[in-house]
Amino acid sequence: MSAQHLRSPRRDATTAPPADGGHGRPTEREAAAGSAHRLLTGWGGTAPTGARVLRPGTRAQAAAAVRACGARGSIARGLGRAYGDAAQNAGGTVVDTTALDRVLAIDAVGGTVTCEAGVSLHRLMTVLLPLGWFVPVTPGTRYVTVGGAIGADIHGKNHHVSGSFTRHVRGLELLTADGEVRTVPRGSELFDATAGGMGLTGLVLSATVDLLPVETSLMSVDTERLPDLDSLLATLTATDDRYRYSVAWIDLLARGTAAGRAVLTRGDHAPAAALEGKGRTARAARREPLAFRPGQLPPAPRAVPGGLLRGATVGAFNRLYYHKAPRRRTDELQRLSAFFHPLDGLPHWNRVYGRAGFVQWQCVVPEDADDALRRVVRLLSRRSCPSFLAVLKRFGAGDPGWLSFPARGWTLALDIPASLPGLGDFLDLLDEEVAVAGGRLYLAKDARMRPELLRAMYPRLDDFRALRARLDPRGVFTSDLARRLAL
Amino acid sequence: MKDAFGSPQSVLVLGGTSEIALATVRRFLARRTRTVWLAGRPGPRLDAAAAGLRDEAAAHGAQVGVRTVPFDALAPETHEEVLEKVFAEGDIDLVLVAFGVLGDQTADEHDPMAAVHVTRTNYTGAVSAGLVCANALRAQGHGSLVVLSSVAGERARRANFIYGSSKAGLDAFTQGLGDALHGSGVHVLVVRPGFVHTRMTEGRPPAPLATTPGAVADAIVHGVRRRSRTVWVPAALGPVMSVLRHLPRPLFRRLPG
Repeated sequence: MSAQHLRSPRRDATTAPPADGGHGRPTEREAAAGSAHRLLTGWGGTAPTGARVLRPGTRAQAAAAVRACGARGSIARGLGRAYGDAAQNAGGTVVDTTALDRVLAIDAVGGTVTCEAGVSLHRLMTVLLPLGWFVPVTPGTRYVTVGGAIGADIHGKNHHVSGSFTRHVRGLELLTADGEVRTVPRGSELFDATAGGMGLTGLVLSATVDLLPVETSLMSVDTERLPDLDSLLATLTATDDRYRYSVAWIDLLARGTAAGRAVLTRGDHAPAAALEGKGRTARAARREPLAFRPGQLPPAPRAVPGGLLRGATVGAFNRLYYHKAPRRRTDELQRLSAFFHPLDGLPHWNRVYGRAGFVQWQCVVPEDADDALRRVVRLLSRRSCPSFLAVLKRFGAGDPGWLSFPARGWTLALDIPASLPGLGDFLDLLDEEVAVAGGRLYLAKDARMRPELLRAMYPRLDDFRALRARLDPRGVFTSDLARRLAL
Repeated sequence: MKDAFGSPQSVLVLGGTSEIALATVRRFLARRTRTVWLAGRPGPRLDAAAAGLRDEAAAHGAQVGVRTVPFDALAPETHEEVLEKVFAEGDIDLVLVAFGVLGDQTADEHDPMAAVHVTRTNYTGAVSAGLVCANALRAQGHGSLVVLSSVAGERARRANFIYGSSKAGLDAFTQGLGDALHGSGVHVLVVRPGFVHTRMTEGRPPAPLATTPGAVADAIVHGVRRRSRTVWVPAALGPVMSVLRHLPRPLFRRLPG
């Protein structure tokens, strides 16, 4: 397949929600000059800062943008789905990579794709599924770029089987601070620093990714309801290995012994044989087993009154969601987008949190530190944190990236309206529990952690700092996150 | 950098002995602040303020650098040099413009130079320092500029119109500056306290809705977190003043105090 016709039309941006947090737009004059001063936030919409945004369309333009970044440095930004301040750079340059969007080569026999950093996973799925291939790891949204997936070393529901995204990256091309383009193979020191390195080792230009063969674009899903946290953890420990994908939604607003009750969904790609069945989904899929046409609602409105998400409304939602779920159901066929990316159906869903935005909090604690997990869940339940997107998952072995987040154990992710009174101190308390238990927080989601905790959470932090000092002594690559946490 | 809740890591106070400012910094120290600059007239009061903050930080077990820098509101020609040195040492996440004098209205009405001293401190000094800081903040693309205005600037009263007019000028200046910085990443907050029990007002009869430095500090922390443009302290002063502002002059003139 030639690379030429795989290039997405320039107007592709209309199907994908825009990359910014909904703030300033460039004026026409600035856009014509290829740069614009804009206010940027992460997906959570907190802590906006101003930066010059450049959107290079070629690697030469990307190199020029980085070269001209000035004293306050530059950072790459893809589709802006990191929740915190990882892809913003106050007073400096932000390199919007979404025009570096060429799929360069597909090996439809061996199962690899080489593409530029700004290609989204949505685009890869659109291109690859008809060929019988799927991305090796997908997070809860398809609207992340390959560059971002490497920088945050994202994980998905298959981490316990497949590890993080960069485990499946064979190699990448990295534009480093000295202006060189380096070929970085998996296993090298620079690769491990770049995997999860939050874009601070350089600008990823392209990457080669191993793919997963699939027979259909449907998922075969088992769902079960578990009445409390203990039974959830026991079930995950006992039977998770039988499934490629597994995640639990948990109810943090349930009180007492019900705290942490869960709806567990696990599954795998449906084999072609599964389409022989009777259901409507199976019948429809028989004609076109690899079709990929995710639906989308109109975007959430721009102005949403704050305070919509309170304990009472979210509590009611959670009760409904829990009781609506089947006690136990097996081999249900689901569309891929419904299984992996339910929120992508509502573009700009982050707006429901209003102007104040929200924070994501995701931790992992070691497998034997389930007591810490129980304490965290108890604290959240007692505090009645209005969180309707709390998920729990069992991670497999940790990944080689120096600042990669996953580690064998339990990961809990939730989002909370940023306007909740006293939230800052409360989350600090949770952080302490996590740090004491030997766990860590996910940098791609963080917008508020105490910098002092970082070293305990990421033992290779000093190596990372040393490598950056060597590779980038002038700080060509930096970000608000890097400044806030002194990465 | 400020975190998701607007907690700054570094703070610069202009008027480093202001009780309101120190109460505000103490609240930030309990969160994320690890660098504090106190700018003010050098002397034992400034040193004591810095020492107090260091003790406070030690109580939280945090590594905090508290430094003082000589700053004179009445010497606007020095502001650029003095303040740029501070910014050159690293980003400042929040600047708090807290200096000001009350003057003595009755005496000052017969001593024009004393009246000018009030306006030069409260207005002219803040204009020059405010602009220097605003430009530095704009260059770094983030930060909050918090300016202590006063309810007295909302409508000049017979009893304190010299002070009131200086605050009115400062308030108007700060609002305009906020609009000028809109979209730059820099947030400007105008704080309008009523009567605050401080050294400055000691011995004066408190006005209705009198408040404390701690309450003003809480309002500032909240305003920075919400990225508000204006906060009144107490909040009830907002609606009260919008009524008073529209009172007919003959009536307004007869109000007590």
